[in-house]
Amino acid sequence: MNLFKPTASAAMKSLLLASALFAAVSLHAEDWPQFRGPHGDGIASGAKLPAKLDAQSVAWAADLPGRGVSSPIVVGDRVFVTSASGPKNERLRVLCFRLSDGMLRWERRFWATGRTMTHPKISTATPTPASDGRNVYALFSSNDCVALDLDGNLVWYRGLGRDYPNANNSLGMSSSPVVTAGVLIAQVESESESFTVGLDPATGVNHWKIERPKRSNWSSPVLTHGPDGTPVVLLQSSKGMVGVEPATGKILWKYDERSSEVPSTTPSHGRLYVPSQGLTVLEPVTGGPPKQVWHSAQLRPGTASPLVLGERVYALNDSGILSCGDIADGKRLWQLRLKGPFSATPVVADGLLYCVNEKGLVQVVDPAKPEGEVVSELDLGQTVIGSPAIAANSLFIRSDGKLWRIGRPSAL
Amino acid sequence: MRIPIPSFLCLAAVFAVLVTPANGEASLDGPLKVLKSVGSEGQGNAAASQAWPAVAAAGGSELTTILGAMDGANDYALNWLQAAVETVVQRETAAGRKLPVSELEGFLHDTGHHPRARRAAYDLILQAEPERARKLVPGFVNDPANELRRDAVQLLMDAAANQVASDKPAAVAGYRQALLDAREADQIEAIAKTLGELGEKVDLAQTFGWLTKWKLIGPFDNTGNAGFARAFPPEAQIDPAAEYDGKNGRVKWIGFESKDDYGIVDFNKPFEPLKEVAGYAMAEFWSATVRPAEVRLVCGNGWKVWVNGEYLFGRDEYHTGTEIDQFRLPVELQAGRNVILVKCTQNEQKEDWTKEWEFALRVTDLQGTPIRSAQ
Repeated sequence: MNLFKPTASAAMKSLLLASALFAAVSLHAEDWPQFRGPHGDGIASGAKLPAKLDAQSVAWAADLPGRGVSSPIVVGDRVFVTSASGPKNERLRVLCFRLSDGMLRWERRFWATGRTMTHPKISTATPTPASDGRNVYALFSSNDCVALDLDGNLVWYRGLGRDYPNANNSLGMSSSPVVTAGVLIAQVESESESFTVGLDPATGVNHWKIERPKRSNWSSPVLTHGPDGTPVVLLQSSKGMVGVEPATGKILWKYDERSSEVPSTTPSHGRLYVPSQGLTVLEPVTGGPPKQVWHSAQLRPGTASPLVLGERVYALNDSGILSCGDIADGKRLWQLRLKGPFSATPVVADGLLYCVNEKGLVQVVDPAKPEGEVVSELDLGQTVIGSPAIAANSLFIRSDGKLWRIGRPSAL
Repeated sequence: MRIPIPSFLCLAAVFAVLVTPANGEASLDGPLKVLKSVGSEGQGNAAASQAWPAVAAAGGSELTTILGAMDGANDYALNWLQAAVETVVQRETAAGRKLPVSELEGFLHDTGHHPRARRAAYDLILQAEPERARKLVPGFVNDPANELRRDAVQLLMDAAANQVASDKPAAVAGYRQALLDAREADQIEAIAKTLGELGEKVDLAQTFGWLTKWKLIGPFDNTGNAGFARAFPPEAQIDPAAEYDGKNGRVKWIGFESKDDYGIVDFNKPFEPLKEVAGYAMAEFWSATVRPAEVRLVCGNGWKVWVNGEYLFGRDEYHTGTEIDQFRLPVELQAGRNVILVKCTQNEQKEDWTKEWEFALRVTDLQGTPIRSAQ
């Protein structure tokens, strides 16, 4: 069901344009405003991080209340992270830290209005928040969604879990929202009820809502562009993938091959690296379904999403096997065994892969070496499930009890 | 509801009129009313976004007014108000001003206030004067708000734990008292486990108050999960003497009593492990009076629940885990006989961890105290 009526299209587009102008987006290129960074590909362009990590690399570590596995995001001089506490993880927390020294600037707590039951490995605070530079939008496993400005003032609150009480999973929900001009997109998909919704960033009301396959799904929407430059949001599930117009929720194209319901698609240089049939590369086509370029069963991401760096694509499985393939044909070039297990998607800065396993061991991989090579390690000593963020030439990692900034300017 | 930008911006001007009385002093009444008007699907959000800054700009002396506005507020509005309270506190604390602890304590002691407002008041006292707050905790042991009561139960558990080595009978007595006072499943389980380690028996089924005596009928066909939506005869009428066509032949109601500590009603026991099937369970529950209650269900299969023929809720999710009080369904019990009907469906999965075709159910008051059937 598409709640958006086509007859309202012109008015809606005007509204979205006006909303976009009203929002006066103020993100900077070096910000890390959402899950897997500004482009949803895990790459921090232009960032420099130390290759050799050791205890001296830790700039600061701030205590976190409760528990969460969401990633931090960074906007300007602020680092945001979500957490959940209470006997049923029903106290939802949004915290803002000062980037320079890790001081807590503010915290806001809310009561979950939806179900908070999750697998013990994750938490109510599993989806990563997103920011348009004006507000921070925090979605939780309970499908509560809160918009706060950067100073912690409440902009709006939505209880999507209360509004749509069957759209949840007893294992928990993890899909991270994305925000683009005039719309915040949240993918809320489960066996019992599934939808994706486009919310007004100014008020939280539905711009549009579309039904989605009734299947468990933990993957996240991805913002990208079609060949003609028009924005597209990718919605992936075990039933395949669709490209959707962000402003309206209109489905532009479909890819029907079974796709993974955990790792998400990675966009890179106009192509889509989809966790499907192992790994499948699609090339979007204007006005039609995307063309399959290749697929490889040898490049099979686990929980972590794929990465593309230069002419190589990388897939990390849950036990820690990092596979490197050629983006031209998907041929596997080498494999490197890291110390696992892994849930977090690695991130990339200055040609190096920063991989954090579930035990909190950061492993820096130089993929330019003939078979790849771990060039340094740093043991944080705490469980890490969420993916790191990169900003201000630093790595930001959230472990079970702390938010870490790794990378002292003097060490670069 | 879609609000065009010009109207959206005009709300600020409208609101300025709304919140400013004739004498020029800002009143929170108007903005609080706007915040309490938010509803499902973002209803009232645009106006609330405009009203919220006025509430969040209030001084510390207004904290109990904002907390008081939580009385009768829906769950959406509670969060708007909670954020305002925290913003006020942040500003007051940063300015070095003291929170109105005595007022907050008076608010906390009034059990007529919303449980979450009272918890927020306690948290503020804890933040401002930790020792004063901690002294209040033992008094929460019979509090109607679980948000406070569980702290007092935890205190009893901690005290008992400290006595285990030196005075085991006193420790057992302490845990027994904690068990009587606990209302939340995690604390009940923790206490029962410790008592078990101390050689004490706990009747968990009795403590939780599971419904153990049922009549079951099945299997009906759930091939392709189509049986979840299909209304088989028990959904139209419950006739204990009736027989129907089931998936594998004629089916009729049979008696079943759960002996399980966790009240599990296991369809696989009378009907053998089956796949792509649906079953029904029916229980009579006698209430002395008309009263609000909750049906609390545990189920890792597809399920639907009716009470006295009224459909409460259902969902078709399979094998993603269970926990006590997984689903809480508000209901009003009628005086005398109530009939609870549970539909439980099993899907096609073949893995070892998908064998369960079962549920457990209890009836409680809104706080979680088991209500026993009067007959």
